[in-house]
Amino acid sequence: MSEVYVITSGKGGVGKTTTTANIGAGLALQGKKVALVDADIGLRNLDVVMGLENRIVYDLVDVIEGNCRLKQALIKDKRYPSLFLLPAAQTKDKNAVTTGQMKKLCDQLREEFDYIILDCPAGIEQGFKNAIAGADKAIVVTTPEVSAVRDADRIIGLVEANDIRSPLLVLNRVKVNMVKRGEMMSLEDVTDILAIDVLGVIPDDEHIVISTNQGEPAVSKDSSMAGQAYRDVVRRILGETVPLMDLEQGGFGNWLKKLFGPKK
Amino acid sequence: MMEWLSNLFGRKPAPASIARDRLKLVLMHDRVNCRPDLLDMMKNDIMKVLLKYMDIDEEELDIQVSQTTSETNEIVPVLFANIPIKNMRKQN
Repeated sequence: MSEVYVITSGKGGVGKTTTTANIGAGLALQGKKVALVDADIGLRNLDVVMGLENRIVYDLVDVIEGNCRLKQALIKDKRYPSLFLLPAAQTKDKNAVTTGQMKKLCDQLREEFDYIILDCPAGIEQGFKNAIAGADKAIVVTTPEVSAVRDADRIIGLVEANDIRSPLLVLNRVKVNMVKRGEMMSLEDVTDILAIDVLGVIPDDEHIVISTNQGEPAVSKDSSMAGQAYRDVVRRILGETVPLMDLEQGGFGNWLKKLFGPKK
Repeated sequence: MMEWLSNLFGRKPAPASIARDRLKLVLMHDRVNCRPDLLDMMKNDIMKVLLKYMDIDEEELDIQVSQTTSETNEIVPVLFANIPIKNMRKQN
């Protein structure tokens, strides 16, 4: 019944943690019981993106080493009643956890939650292996840049070699105007190269910077284009067929039209 | 400004298509990237089979994974092998 997703990318800085936070919060807004797991041991990040950094008592390594019970380490997000975060350890290194321990932890979480979302560290070393060990499904995040797409290709191969079939793509930080001018690769360019099904396209959006600064995922902000794109992603995860956002029609103009235009 | 003009008159391909083409080449290379030890093992196995039927010049033997242009003008990986034969009929 419950599903374990790993959010991964290979390259750092393409938006794994932001995607994790937004999908998690979005699923919780839809009433699902969600656990977010920061699997980036030693480089804790998801807590600040979620705005929960002041509430950490125990972390993932504490749970695995038996210093506390799982429930004690899970931080309840007060803004979303069904959303919980299991933070990464900040003082340990990434070899503090084995793939077996990670699998066991995921199975424990399955008993309580509908969705478990693992924020995978960058790279393809032990942290990556741990994060994909317990997952049923993978979401590969990339941006339309040669280095990020190249790493995504590598990651897709590694994920599939670990028996996670048909990973899904989130193409992040698409600058619509640059794509129109032929200066940035489009979604079609990227999917043509990677041969992978698309879960979502996220436009480059200043709201993401603001919401990260505030520790509030953009998915809950109606005015954010990226937030809308993440809401669409969430509906697709829940099994709905949602057409990809028409980025060209999007933006402020479209938002105004929606606000003042005729109701559909 | 000059760059903008030359883009306008199509002297330079668009950056997105440059990215696409470079990526295709890089990924081609990444995907066929054959580990040297694997290539050696394959070379030995191929030689074993060939030696059953003919005498070959083991010194001059050359086997490698490289790229070529297909009939549809796409760049595709190929197994390139140059194996000089000393004698076609191996004496039993």
